[in-house]
Amino acid sequence: MASVVSIDKLTKTYENGFQALKGIDLEIEEGEILALLGPNGAGKTTLISIICGLVNPSTGKVMVGGHDVIRDFRQTRSLIGLVPQELTTDMFETVWNTVSFSRGVYGKKPDPALVERVLKELSLWNKKDNMLRELSGGMKRRVMIAKALAHEPKILFLDEPTAGVDVNLRREMWQLVEKLRESGVTIILTTHYIEEAEEIADRVGVINGGKLLLIEEKAALMKKLGRKQLRLELSEPLKVLPESLAAYNLTLSEDGTALIHEYQGEEGQGTIASLLSTLAAQDIHFRDLSTRQSSLEDIFVALVGEDA
Amino acid sequence: MNFEAIKSIYVFEMARLRRTLLQSVISPVITTSLYFIVFGTAIGSRIQTVEGVSYGSFITPGLIMLTLLTQCISNGSIGIYFPKFTGTIYEILSAPVAMTEIIVGYVGAAATKGLIIGLIILATASFFVDIHIAHPFMMVLFLVLTAVTFSMFGFIIGIWAKNFEQLNVIPMLVVPPLTFLGGSFYSINMLPPFWQTVSHFNPVLYLVSGFRWSFYEIADVNPMVSLGMITLFLVICLSILGWIFKTGYRLRN
Repeated sequence: MASVVSIDKLTKTYENGFQALKGIDLEIEEGEILALLGPNGAGKTTLISIICGLVNPSTGKVMVGGHDVIRDFRQTRSLIGLVPQELTTDMFETVWNTVSFSRGVYGKKPDPALVERVLKELSLWNKKDNMLRELSGGMKRRVMIAKALAHEPKILFLDEPTAGVDVNLRREMWQLVEKLRESGVTIILTTHYIEEAEEIADRVGVINGGKLLLIEEKAALMKKLGRKQLRLELSEPLKVLPESLAAYNLTLSEDGTALIHEYQGEEGQGTIASLLSTLAAQDIHFRDLSTRQSSLEDIFVALVGEDA
Repeated sequence: MNFEAIKSIYVFEMARLRRTLLQSVISPVITTSLYFIVFGTAIGSRIQTVEGVSYGSFITPGLIMLTLLTQCISNGSIGIYFPKFTGTIYEILSAPVAMTEIIVGYVGAAATKGLIIGLIILATASFFVDIHIAHPFMMVLFLVLTAVTFSMFGFIIGIWAKNFEQLNVIPMLVVPPLTFLGGSFYSINMLPPFWQTVSHFNPVLYLVSGFRWSFYEIADVNPMVSLGMITLFLVICLSILGWIFKTGYRLRN
């Protein structure tokens, strides 16, 4: 797939000397949903801000749709919609006016039908004449998304879209993201909610301390780094692990009532069958079994854990 | 050129004027009327004429300038400071808009508001005193140049200001003394020679003097010098803006 955003050796040092980005290389593919994970202050927002033109880079190069974000800012910014992290709204404006304004500053001719469609999709239609200060936090978040969609962007940046958002709205947003992707929009979201990345992303990048630690297909990442665990609750507790089971990667729980088998991804499937038949042959019976797959969260903690 | 963007910013800013009609239009009109009552009618009736013009008529151009400067600076500064303060400026900075277009939108709206208010005050003044405009074209030229220049100056303050105090310090603390001492209420010929010289360092003197000349053909300094000075201020503001946008000063850092 063609990359729609390409970032080359990007660094940013702020005036106060803080180095927010320390050489980022990243290709974002057209039509994908990329989740950027990272703790607070990792550099996610700075990265997005540079791509969108809010912050000037110190060194390095960012191309969007084949254009340089500094030199050809008109082309690149027309392609991009941005939903920033902070809820910033013109308190005294109406929903309709503020969304129409967004379309205008992006240089698009007024299109009331489109604004109507966007507002309806975000369940904002019945609030269109309300002033923004009258809206709840969740509603304001929707307005910010509506503003970002008002000029029909090809690439949408969602900076912490679901921070402080209730479960329903979060679900709705995920559905919206899916719908936008189906219409061909590339979506980049930052989050520190791992389940969000796990739920909707195609690829996951992990940023910490201004560096991109890893970027991988979500499924491949889970397969590669995800550990699986099989837990067998025994009918009769064991005092020690029988010698005959030493070949398997097994541990006995402290009270001796459960056997825990750890394995990596798919490699363990064959072993499990033989483990179970060995157990049967040894006359070790179990009353229950469960498997658990480590989540992105575990992977994330393992990656940034030391210094996060 | 992103004309849609200029239009959007301009219309958006002008909508703010409609929302704050009371504060933006009615209050300067009331203030100016008070000046006319106090200086023009109460005190002014005891002053005969200044350089052949009745005192009330004499102060009218100065009063219009006073309001125009204050309004243009505040509108120009609030227009850009407020989005900076609330954070909504992200949208304009991430939109495909060149800095010149942002200025044209904001400064255009601030100058338009200033001009509207200036003309309303001129109309108000005509209820109190006789107004005679000798050079209407020059009058409009002075008015427009001043409005644009000082709206730009306001815009620069709005970008520079980090808090509301800094935002207000120039329109509240610098502009009124300069206007009062710049010959709005007297001709500097009335001053002792030393203070006449000092007055020539006051930029507002040139604005008021040139503007008054377009009404009554009386001036403290040559009207062409006034015109030159306004143009110079305009060029200075343009250069500062050019520098701000080149460096992203307090906007993209």
